Parts: sequence; C-alpha cells; structure tokens
Amino acid sequence: MATLTAEGYNTGFLPTWCPGCGDFGIWKSLQGAFAKLGIGPDDGLVVYGIGCHGNMYDWMKMYGFVGLHGRALPVAQGAKLANHTLPVVVVSGDGDCLGEGGNHFIHAAKRNPDLTVIIHDNEVYGLTTGQASPTAKIGFKTKSTPEGATDEPINPLALALVSGATFVARGFAGDMPGLTELMAAAISHKGFAVLDVLQPCVTFDKVHTYQWYRQRLYKLTQESYQPTDRLKALEKAMEWGDKIPLGILYKEDKLTSEDREPALTSAPLSSLPLEPAHWDELLNEFI
Amino acid sequence: MKDNITWKIAGEAGFGIMSSGIMLARAFTRAGYHVFAENDYPSLIRGGHNIVSVRIGAKPFLGMNRDLHMLVALNTESVEKHRNELREGTLVLYDPRDKDWKASELPAGVKLMPLPLRDIVTQLNADVIMRNTIALGASVALLGAPFEHLSSVIRDQFIRKGAEVVDQNIKIAQAGFDYVHEHFSGETSVVLSPGTYTEKLVVVNGSEAVGLGAVRAGLKFAAIYPMTPINALITFLADHAKEFNIVYKQPEDEISGINMAIGASISGVRSMVATSGGGFALQVEGLSLAGMVEAPIVIDLGMRAGPATGMPTYTEQGELLFAIHAGHGEFPRIVLAPADAVEAYAFTTLAFNLADRYQIPVFLLTDKYLNESQWCIPVSFLQKPVTIDRGKLLTGDTGMKDGEFHRFDTESVDGVSPRSVPGTKHGQYYANSYEHDGTGHVADDAKGRKAMADKRLRKMAAIVKDILPPTQIGDKDPDITFVTWGTTRGPVLSAMDLLRAQGKKVSVISFPWVFPFPAAEAKELLTKAKRVIDVEQNATAQLSQLIRTETGIDIQERIVKYDGRSFLPEEIAEQAMKGT
Repeated sequence: MATLTAEGYNTGFLPTWCPGCGDFGIWKSLQGAFAKLGIGPDDGLVVYGIGCHGNMYDWMKMYGFVGLHGRALPVAQGAKLANHTLPVVVVSGDGDCLGEGGNHFIHAAKRNPDLTVIIHDNEVYGLTTGQASPTAKIGFKTKSTPEGATDEPINPLALALVSGATFVARGFAGDMPGLTELMAAAISHKGFAVLDVLQPCVTFDKVHTYQWYRQRLYKLTQESYQPTDRLKALEKAMEWGDKIPLGILYKEDKLTSEDREPALTSAPLSSLPLEPAHWDELLNEFI
Repeated sequence: MKDNITWKIAGEAGFGIMSSGIMLARAFTRAGYHVFAENDYPSLIRGGHNIVSVRIGAKPFLGMNRDLHMLVALNTESVEKHRNELREGTLVLYDPRDKDWKASELPAGVKLMPLPLRDIVTQLNADVIMRNTIALGASVALLGAPFEHLSSVIRDQFIRKGAEVVDQNIKIAQAGFDYVHEHFSGETSVVLSPGTYTEKLVVVNGSEAVGLGAVRAGLKFAAIYPMTPINALITFLADHAKEFNIVYKQPEDEISGINMAIGASISGVRSMVATSGGGFALQVEGLSLAGMVEAPIVIDLGMRAGPATGMPTYTEQGELLFAIHAGHGEFPRIVLAPADAVEAYAFTTLAFNLADRYQIPVFLLTDKYLNESQWCIPVSFLQKPVTIDRGKLLTGDTGMKDGEFHRFDTESVDGVSPRSVPGTKHGQYYANSYEHDGTGHVADDAKGRKAMADKRLRKMAAIVKDILPPTQIGDKDPDITFVTWGTTRGPVLSAMDLLRAQGKKVSVISFPWVFPFPAAEAKELLTKAKRVIDVEQNATAQLSQLIRTETGIDIQERIVKYDGRSFLPEEIAEQAMKGT
C-alpha cells in the first residue's frame, strides 16, 4: 500500500465553513489520524450528522453516510454490526449528538460498540444561524436566548462517563497535532470512544474565542493524571472555568457490543452466505 | 362425528391459556388435522381474562366461525363471559369448585361436564397452574383422539426443562384423559372424523412465519423495539440468532431501530425492522432516509387498533393509507399485504428480493390477527427452493478507476444503479440524506435535482412488472363481488361459501400487493362486476379510497369492522344478504 497522507483524503471540494471555523482543525486532524492509522478512503466509514460539522464529508474522501439530524450513532452501529471489521467513525455536533440524538448517545455508550464519536462542541447551532445548543453555558446569549441561556448545560464527558463509554477524551480544534494524536488513540481504542472537541464558532460566539480557550486549557500528562478511574475522570470532566483539562480522561478495556454478539464470532455478516444451514431442523421445531 | 370442531379455553391471564392452545393445535396437526388458533386477551400480564380458540378440521378451512363445540372454563368468569356464545350441544368443561353461575341461566341444551381440576391437581401433588394440562387431556379424550399425540407434544414442549417436568405434565394430562373415559364415556358428540392430512404441517404464528421467511431469505440484521403484536418475531430471531448468524439488536427506540437497519443495509446485509403503528410513526423519518439513500430494507408493520396506544392486543387494518403515504418527500416503495401465514412466509422472502432489486423500503403489512394467531403450513411448501436476488450489489472491487464509480448514476434506465458497500475497492461514495449527485456529494442545482428525483421515481415504473395482481376466486357472472385485502380475505372467502349455500353467485377479489397499486387489473375486474362490496377491518374503508384514487371507481357498498375483533364469515354473509 502506498503511504497515506492527509492530502490523499481531499476531494477537490473546498470547505464552505466560515474562515477561522474550528471545524477546519477537526477535519485536518481526522485526515491526519486516518493517514497515521493506514485507513484509506475505501477502507472505513464516516457517519456524519446534520449541522456545520456534517458538511465535512464533501471534502473528506472516505466512504460516508450523511444521516438525519441526531441519527448518526444508530446508523454507525448498524453498519458496524453488519461488518465488524470495518473502522467506523461518527462525526457529530453538540446539537446533533446531545440534543436530537441524546437518547442514542446514552444507549450507544451503554452498549460499548467499537466506534469513535467526535463531537464538534461549540455551544451553538451554526447552520441554523446561531441558536443555543445543549452545551451552551448559563448566561450565553444567542438568537434563541437573547437574555442568556438559562438551562444547565449538558456535560458531554460526564454524560459519556456515567453512560458507560470506555474511552472519554477532550480535544481542542486549535491544537491540530494534539487533536490528531487524540483521534488516532480514540479510533484505535476497541470500544465506544467519545472525543469532545472544543471548537470556537467565530461567527455566532464572540465569547469562546481561540484566545479564550488558550488562556484556560491545560493538557493532562501521564505524570499528573492516570485515566483509569471512572470517578476521578468524572471529577476531571466537571472541571470548567479558569482551568479546562484536555486529553484522555478515561480509558478501559471491556468487551464491545460486537464481542458479545454470538453471530459475530467469525467472519463479518456481510461476507456470509445467505442460504440458511439446518433449515429442516428449524422447521422441526414447529411441527 | 364432526368434520370441524371449535374448542375454547378461557381463564385468568398467567395460567397457561396461550400455551394450551398451541399444544392442542400441534397435537392435532400431528394426527393429520388442519388447525387454526386465535387468541383474545387484554394488555396485561396477570389478572385479565385470556381466551384461546382452536378450530380443528379433518379438511382444510380458512379461519374461525361462530361455532363453539367445547368451552373449557378455568374460572367462574369464563362461563359468564361466554354465555352468549354457547349453544345447544356445546360442552362446558368446568371445575365444580368454580360453579358460582346458575346452570338455568345458560342456553338450553348446553352440556355441563364437571371436571374436578383442583381436586386432581391436589391428588397428584401438582401446581394449580397445571389445571390447563388436565383440561387438555380431557379435551383430547372427548374429541376421540388417542393420547399419544398430546403426550408427544408435551414431551417436546417441556424437554428443555428436564425429564421430570415432562413426566409430571404427561401424568397430569393423562389424569384428565382418564377422567373423561371413566366418567363421560358415553359423550361422543364432538368426536372428530379422521384427519385427512398425510403430510407434515408446522404450526406457527404469523410473526414466526415472517421470521422463517426472513431466515430463508438470508436476513442478517434486525433492530426491533418491543411492541405488540410483533413480539413473537423478536423471540424467534433472538432464539435463532447464533444458529443462523443473525444479529438481533434491541434499540433504544424505533427511530434508532430503523436507522440501525439502514446502516446495516448500506454495509451490505439484508436487514429489517418490525413494529406497530405507533412505532412506525417514529420510523417515518427513517423511511424517508431509506428512500433518499436508496437503502434496501424490509419493514414489517403489524397493525393493531389505533389511534395512539389504542387497543394494543386487538386487530385492525388501519395503516394501509399510512404505509403508502408515510414519509416526507417523494420516493418509491412497495407495500405487500399477506392474507395468512403461508403468504407471510412467502411474501417475506419476496420482500427481501424486491428491496434489493429496487434498493427501496418494502413493507409487509401484517396485523395482530395474523401475527398472533396460530396457522398451519405444509412442511413441503417450506422446503421448496427459494430464489435469492441481491440486485445490483458490488462487493470486493468495482473494477473502476479511482473516482469513476457513480453510486447514484442518473443514467440507469430503471432508476436502479449499482451499489457498493464500505470496504468495496474503488467504490467510495456518500449515502447522503441531502439531495446529491452521482457520487453522493451534495447537489441542489435545478437540473441535477430533477435528474436525481426522476432516477429514484423511475423505479415505480420498473416495479410494475413484478406486481402480484389482484386475485379473483368464485363464480362467473356473480351476484355479489367482494373486494378485500390482507387477512380479511380468509373470512370473506368463508362468507362466499355460506352465500353460495344459499344459492347466491359470489366472487372475491383480493389484493395481496397494494402499492404500487395494480390499477389496470383492478379496473378491469371491477368494471365487470355488478354489485361490489368492499370488506375491510377499519372504519373508513381505506382500500375503497385507494381504488377510487387509482381507478376512479367509487365502490358504494362496504362492510367494515373496527371493534378490534377479527371478522367472522357469518357477519359478512348476513350483512351482504341485507342488501339484496
């Protein structure tokens, strides 16, 4: 196989995101992670939600499924169960994954399918021109919350942790080398990997700028933090304010959704013959 | 001797009423009889009134009628509730300890047969829950059948629980059998004529028939949220998942279910969902997605009495127009309506081929009556070879150069373009819920949009060659022509026999395939008919609405039923006679 490079995943379509959008960093990092892992355009599947994030497929050369708003995770689980050797990555947004698709997120985490979900977390609905998303912090002024958001924000990492996700991490769209590494680690993890990516929306959010984040973000290091304890990870996930942690909060080896399926002990379902063996024995059960 | 008998067991939920019906049915198919069983129960686990009716015939028949030859009453309420169904000669088996009702209040000629169920249970040191097994033994004796078929069914039913459980159940059934021979040896009024079937029959409910069809067609993935009346399909698939390499996934909701099934489908396997009206309402968004990304999927829509939660355990044919019209936007689909378990099996195998051939959603419009009744199917029919057509599916390598493969090629004559699956070399594309170009990239230019919409909708014309036309059975130049669809066909055909016995010339037109609607064939058949009566299990005569839309023919007469209970042939015949 020829060496894969990030550029090898370009399609010729140019991004339509706003100049300076955090989505650029996430897109380039994902291309870099695929190249690093040797997953070529024909070798894997990316399932996208609907939102600014979801437009990424047009400039990402890789089998893609652009689902309905909120429904990317169920599609990804079905595709994975049909071919459990296929690398599957979900590209989703905070509204897509935690608003419309919140129930799917909780239940995917509970099942632990071998999938990676990358949440583009910018607190707003950009494609619909700037309403508050489920992660909008109290007081955040948007088109749908002119006096400032009043509801508690959803904490994607804490929710992933209590729902059963086996890899929980936070990245920053303004740190491509660090994000590429986190993505490669998430995709390599065997189990449900949640990577929440903090991403400035340069058009609809004048508060959470690159600078705002850079002043607060710090990286978890091997020396300072071991991602092996769910409760400690939960504590880290709740840390928000002057200091915001980046990196892997939690990682655990556990049987996946596919591991626990008796039908998936051998070849992928998609490669099996259709004619049932033991047909007469099956009929005998009903005589 | 009787050619046909109808047996009914009734009692409190949780006392093995449902399993008694299946065991009696299997005992008689093993003895060469045709059987049919129907249940009636509220949406409760314990405490409600459960009923199973089993009809047994020496020759084939199509369903229930008003006959009741034997009622097994496991409590007082059972006699009181079914008093109006009793008639001269009906045997009522009851426990004298339950006798709070007055015999004088029962219709004349009812034969009371006291069976000390609780005393026998106590004597044999068994559980009170096993009274139904005593009643089964007693019933077999009254029907004049040998004990061996019942004991073989009991053995197969309980073998997984161990030899001790098998022996205990056989002993208890034998006690009921012996009690009848000792105390009612002169009672021969319900003895059956010998069964005429020489070939083996399976006894399955409609959901199991769909399950058998799905396994035969190579189903590999199903995501089904529990809902009456399709729960038996979940049990069937989950029980056989390992053996047949099927993944059955219980999703968090029906929305997830259909999206999972679509994901599995675009990953290259045959996949399905099953639900009822309320669950399907949640899947409408996903249905439209399947239409847009051209994903083959099979949807088993088991109808029950609505709206909303409705009457979950009662039957209706209320979703005909819903299934045809569901989904935002315009895209092709096929809607099949099996009339019985034979068709439920056969149409399921057909549905998977049609879904793959046209890359569209295909519906099996079933109902509670079909899904939860017990039907028999000849084993030889199920052993016939089945064709599998996966349509234009490319795996391995498309053989094209990089960037040349157009998954959604608008030039395809029949609207169906070759599809790859993730992992197929040189087959990269996007299954896109946005309007798209040949590769799946978003495209909203006017010309491209029109070409892609036309491509999808061209399939409707291509499908026409596969349509199963309406069937017509009965007399030439009939006085009455019934029009019906789905499971109402059985009762209507039986009604035809009743009317013919009264000298009427009758014909029945039935639609096994309701969408795309076979308009030309329907028009030809209906134009010739004199008096046409539409018969269906809903309040608004949805088939006649569809016929009017598609053919311009306005059927004036209708016999509709929407009380949740399946049609009886006598009801249809009587209403038809009123109009003469």
